[in-house]
Amino acid sequence: MSKHGSRSEHPLDDLLRTDRIPHIWCPGCGIGTAFSSTLIAMKTSGIDLQKTVMVSGIGCSGRGAGYIKLDSYHTTHGRAIPFATGMKLANPELNVVVFSGDGDLFAIGGNHFIHAARRNVDLTVVCVNNFNYGMTGGQAAATTPCMARTTTTPTGNPEHPFNLPFLAFAAGASYVARWTILHTRDLTKAVEEALLRRGFSFIEVLAPCPTSYGRRNKQKPLDTLKLFQDRTITRHGCSPADVQLDFERGITLGKFIDQERATYMDMYDKTCRPQGSMDRNRAV
Amino acid sequence: MKPAVLTGEHFITGDVACAEGALAAGCRFFAGYPITPATEIAEHMAVRLPDVGGTYIQMEDEIASMAAILGASCAGVKSMTATSGPGFSLMMENLGLGICTETPCVVVNVQRAGPSTGLPTLGAQGDMMQARWGSHGHYEIITLAPSSPQDLFYLTITAFDLSEIYRLPVLIMTDEVIGHLSERVIIPEASAIKVQTRIKPKGRKDRFKPFLPGPKGIAPMANAGEGYGIHVTGLTHDERGYPVMTAEAQAEMVAHLTNKIRNNLDNIIRTESYRLEDAEFAIVSYGVSTRSSLAAVDEARQQGIKAGLLRLVTVWPFPEELIRELSCKVKAFVTVEINLGQIHLEVQRCAAGRVPAMLVGHAGGTVIPPDHIVEALRNLN
Repeated sequence: MSKHGSRSEHPLDDLLRTDRIPHIWCPGCGIGTAFSSTLIAMKTSGIDLQKTVMVSGIGCSGRGAGYIKLDSYHTTHGRAIPFATGMKLANPELNVVVFSGDGDLFAIGGNHFIHAARRNVDLTVVCVNNFNYGMTGGQAAATTPCMARTTTTPTGNPEHPFNLPFLAFAAGASYVARWTILHTRDLTKAVEEALLRRGFSFIEVLAPCPTSYGRRNKQKPLDTLKLFQDRTITRHGCSPADVQLDFERGITLGKFIDQERATYMDMYDKTCRPQGSMDRNRAV
Repeated sequence: MKPAVLTGEHFITGDVACAEGALAAGCRFFAGYPITPATEIAEHMAVRLPDVGGTYIQMEDEIASMAAILGASCAGVKSMTATSGPGFSLMMENLGLGICTETPCVVVNVQRAGPSTGLPTLGAQGDMMQARWGSHGHYEIITLAPSSPQDLFYLTITAFDLSEIYRLPVLIMTDEVIGHLSERVIIPEASAIKVQTRIKPKGRKDRFKPFLPGPKGIAPMANAGEGYGIHVTGLTHDERGYPVMTAEAQAEMVAHLTNKIRNNLDNIIRTESYRLEDAEFAIVSYGVSTRSSLAAVDEARQQGIKAGLLRLVTVWPFPEELIRELSCKVKAFVTVEINLGQIHLEVQRCAAGRVPAMLVGHAGGTVIPPDHIVEALRNLN
């Protein structure tokens, strides 16, 4: 026991920049839980943490990189994936984890997401989907449900949201899963699997944003969690085409895709490199 | 399988010379997107990099290319991208990330005439102010302007050296004419090329502050995966790399980013002069326009006009002191560039009304005819 008593200790302290706590996330926000699950999975997966990097974009979830006590890069809005791609290809020994939000990864960064999945770059992408732009005060996103209210859709969202697992699958991801922050054990296990799965892994994590999204859609913090409990069904192996988010009819969770496919680096080494020359990318 | 340094005498284009210069400098990662007239750099890197243990990737756009080279550099590998105007515009936000996070890398702009799609296959020098101020916020940048394929070879090595020493993206602003011009390029023995690499941290890893400047004003750089557990952000940050949202932290960080260049001007700025010692008229030029200017100096001298040339090898940082000194010696400046007055404005600013500063330029699509320069000199004489 330290001189401050065990109260000051947290099981993830060794992976947290405790000198940056308190964090910026609001009470009732789901990002912290998704972040904790990711950190726990990093530990339990047995990967070399000194060779593990977190890359984030911009937004509430994008602040994740700022709290992890590993090499971490907080990049520009939407560009975490191409930054991570350069990092992974330059040093294939690194485990590169992209932790960011739905607005960052799928609106401004959507093009990068599909191309990294298509190439099957060996990255683990954890997307916290809170259905809106939280950092800027709750604007409509590419994931906002149709008819939902946000500051920029005050009478209801006229657009339809992406089905993220379907998009990831169609683009070529090797691992695709969806959980909520209420399903922490499943989520942690999924991140662990994703970290160990070679190739492009994608996990969508549904999370409440009571301050921005919940407030305008008559969802108190616990209401959103109740939805995550009552309206979800776990169907492993379900076709990603059938998992469109639908809070009325039910939300499908589970591991949808987990398949081995040659990664970008596998294909590059095999196709482009002269045989026997494996002295890659000399670091400075 | 060819070696990284292609020692020998070659007849190659500027674009190919640039790629070879990058390889000789130790560049082992290239991310790019096809765009005329820079495509040949990517094509050459795609062929050559896997041979020397490097990696080439064609990204989905120039935004991604710029992000990828920053990621590669943070992983410890020297990296480069090459583009032209439209792609250069797309790179601007992540160029700022490279400035703010002090990430070494090299960005080549083989300029074509703009604005917009402009004249994709014809040269210009219209992106020079974009090179200086294209990303938002206040910062300093290093920009080199080669005037021949041979020059592109060497200046690409210089660009990598400067980027590693001063920890920032360095821009090579060439143009379609030099990029597509085939000339003799001599590549020396590998042992004759001494390249610079970033300063590495020493001491206890857990106490390392990734943005604490060392004795020479530059912070040692830890790469990802080396066990330092660093945090790097494009937010305003302190020496630990932690975001600090105050005017004081902003002042301190921007002062560091600008002072590391401004305090080293003598080590960074490179110029060349031709018949300038007794000149009454100083031509200021750079890149391909240097070639027109050299011809114009000789022609003017034959006509009895005492002209000389100051060639800017580094355009940014701008050699303010040198222009100020010259303005006390010459009767007038003539800036020669393929735009309607960009570096001309800088020359005018530094001449400060002491002597007239004229421009010989046009909107792009061809080089500056030497006759036009001579005529301008005649009018001044």
